[in-house]
Amino acid sequence: MNKPGRAGGTSRLDNIVAEEILRLAIFADIHANRQAFAACLDAARAQGAERMVLLGDYVGYGADPEWAVDTVMDLIDRGAIAVRGNHDTAVGSSAESMNAEAQAAIEWTRGRLSAPQRRFLAELPLELTEEDRLYVHSDASSPARWRYVQDAADAGRSIIATPAQISFCGHIHRPALYSMSVTAKMTSFVPVAGVAVQLLQGRRWLAVLGSVGQPRDGNPAASFAMFDTAKREVTWCRAPYDVAAAAKKIRDNGLPLWLADRLSAGR
Amino acid sequence: MAKPAIEPGAVIDGFAVAERLHVGGMAALWSASYPGIDVPLLMKVPLTSEGEDPAAIVSFEMEQMILPRLSGPHVPLCFGTGDLARQAYVAMERIPGKTLFARLDALPLPYEEVRVLGGKIAAALADLHRQNVIHHDIKPSSIMFRESGEAVLIDFGLSHHDHLPDLLQEEFRVPYGTAPYMAPERLLGVRDDPRSDLFSLGVLLYFFTTGARPFGESEALRVIRQRLWRDPHPPRRLRDDYPPWLQEIVLRCLEIEPAWRYPTATQLAFDLGHPDQVKLTARSERLKRDPLTTVWRRRFNQGLTQPKPKADVAAHLASSPIVAVALDTTQGSEALNAAIRLTAEQVLATLPSARLACLNVLKLGRVTIDRTLDQEGSNKHVDRLVALQHWAQPLRLGENRLTVHVLEAFDPASAILEFAAVNHVDHIVIGARQTSLLGALLGSVSAKVAAEAPCTVTVVRPPRLAARNVPEEAGEKRDAASD
Repeated sequence: MNKPGRAGGTSRLDNIVAEEILRLAIFADIHANRQAFAACLDAARAQGAERMVLLGDYVGYGADPEWAVDTVMDLIDRGAIAVRGNHDTAVGSSAESMNAEAQAAIEWTRGRLSAPQRRFLAELPLELTEEDRLYVHSDASSPARWRYVQDAADAGRSIIATPAQISFCGHIHRPALYSMSVTAKMTSFVPVAGVAVQLLQGRRWLAVLGSVGQPRDGNPAASFAMFDTAKREVTWCRAPYDVAAAAKKIRDNGLPLWLADRLSAGR
Repeated sequence: MAKPAIEPGAVIDGFAVAERLHVGGMAALWSASYPGIDVPLLMKVPLTSEGEDPAAIVSFEMEQMILPRLSGPHVPLCFGTGDLARQAYVAMERIPGKTLFARLDALPLPYEEVRVLGGKIAAALADLHRQNVIHHDIKPSSIMFRESGEAVLIDFGLSHHDHLPDLLQEEFRVPYGTAPYMAPERLLGVRDDPRSDLFSLGVLLYFFTTGARPFGESEALRVIRQRLWRDPHPPRRLRDDYPPWLQEIVLRCLEIEPAWRYPTATQLAFDLGHPDQVKLTARSERLKRDPLTTVWRRRFNQGLTQPKPKADVAAHLASSPIVAVALDTTQGSEALNAAIRLTAEQVLATLPSARLACLNVLKLGRVTIDRTLDQEGSNKHVDRLVALQHWAQPLRLGENRLTVHVLEAFDPASAILEFAAVNHVDHIVIGARQTSLLGALLGSVSAKVAAEAPCTVTVVRPPRLAARNVPEEAGEKRDAASD
């Protein structure tokens, strides 16, 4: 009855030797939104999260980058694992190309972060594997290119680039779940918040997370996911948070107004 | 990935496998048992060895995902699943008896028997749709009955769960399913419309009452596709005595455009449960198929059959409720009934697919059973139906949306509650107790209904006239406000 068996067609990856972790909480695209990240962490702990997995983009757009980076460092000290996103990379390298608003926010962020904080971000890995799972900010076929996973074709490219049975990524700020069958047929699905989906052993999966700090799927509530390694079930979760406070801080700091306005629309 | 075949006596995850009951195209069925589970079990094992149909694997995966989430009397209870990576199986309650397929030799069945069967299947579909699942393979061999009478739907390998990934969505270029029962929109790749199941049930009702399948038996895509534009021969053409109400129901299920069918299985079950209340339209009288001009328009304009954006099953069901209004036509005041009508109007305003059932309870006396009551009782019955129609007239509901019912009972509240349960009513609108000595003595019907109903209850009060005496409470408020 679906025990946490490891047998199966997929090869095991031993990059990180995990202990018997049962409930993972996974967060992507936090974007320096303190209110949203705090709400998600509370919600995840309330659901019994035993380990935090962070999929990148801790800064950019939002007005609390110092707090966000400190929180990520603290979580890692307590057993969390984290990969690097494009905004985290852009803090240390002006070579990353971004749109004007994102660029303005990154330049502001750069001036807020201390040297150790910037070094911490720059040294995060682009991807991590744990048992048969891959964690990466976006498309796994070329993690440093930050290509969006927008459809089943993009997802297929990412899935065939890794031996992992399950990949978790973010970057696009809209939840999605893709699968590839043994005959390489793809399925795509928009997850329903709160409904656990079992990631069946017979196929390979790419779970795309919504964004903690800047949701763009029309729902302003912060988005994260829980994964039960025993049941192999993933659940997308929504955490309502004080959007007005996060938006006010963006405006108060002279960041582009659209970055504040879009939070309440979830766009 | 060839695995050793299962042998009788094997134990899989604690399930003791006994005898092989059946081998189909997709899976083998074994009887099984498990310590501590005292119902007979069925273990379904997909045929996944090399060279097998990939559909067998995907169907198994769908059933493995969906069946454990289903509950209620209309599905077999699931006790465990095993993954393809180890030993694939689904262990479930074994429903005794045979599927409806066993009745095929006896067709056509009497109309009344099919009406009852159809009502049970529609109720089972309603319960399944409420759990966000569309069956997509409704046919005689997918339907069984419990000894207690409820229809049980089996085989969820082609089903769609609105909250789970649909693994069949891109798997096959041709729609997978049973050709004679397949809804036309399925040929366009639509898998998220619960009304597809109502079409399949319509095929079954047609077949069981006439002995002929409305779209034949062909599995050829060229033939199956014709149902996108070609309607079937009306049943009355095949059987002279075909009841108009039944033809109305069957042809409505078989409408090419899903929006022209019953909006929900619950509404279909309602009509099958009240044949005398079915509103007959031109469908019920039809003796011929649609004229060729209509068929050509459908075929070459395709206006009715364009794929639509993804539907939300739960939202669809919520938009098509059955609302029951309980009215007291004798001693109820005009003001209360007007207030109830206003509330009903507000409830129905945004729901063009909702139906309204107007109820009145003819209270039977426990002691006064005498000879004149029969005669008088039946007169009262008619009077009250007329009164209900009259009350509903200002709502101007379309032909299919209004039914009136006089229930005869000793206890009005129980009668209303029973009607709501049997007919899967979504919302009851009822007047509050009148302030009368009689009401106080008898207890409140609305209070009992509100407390025990299986659905939402709105208790209506007429607007209160301004009272002359200022109550104490209001006086206190005024003091507080001046502080």
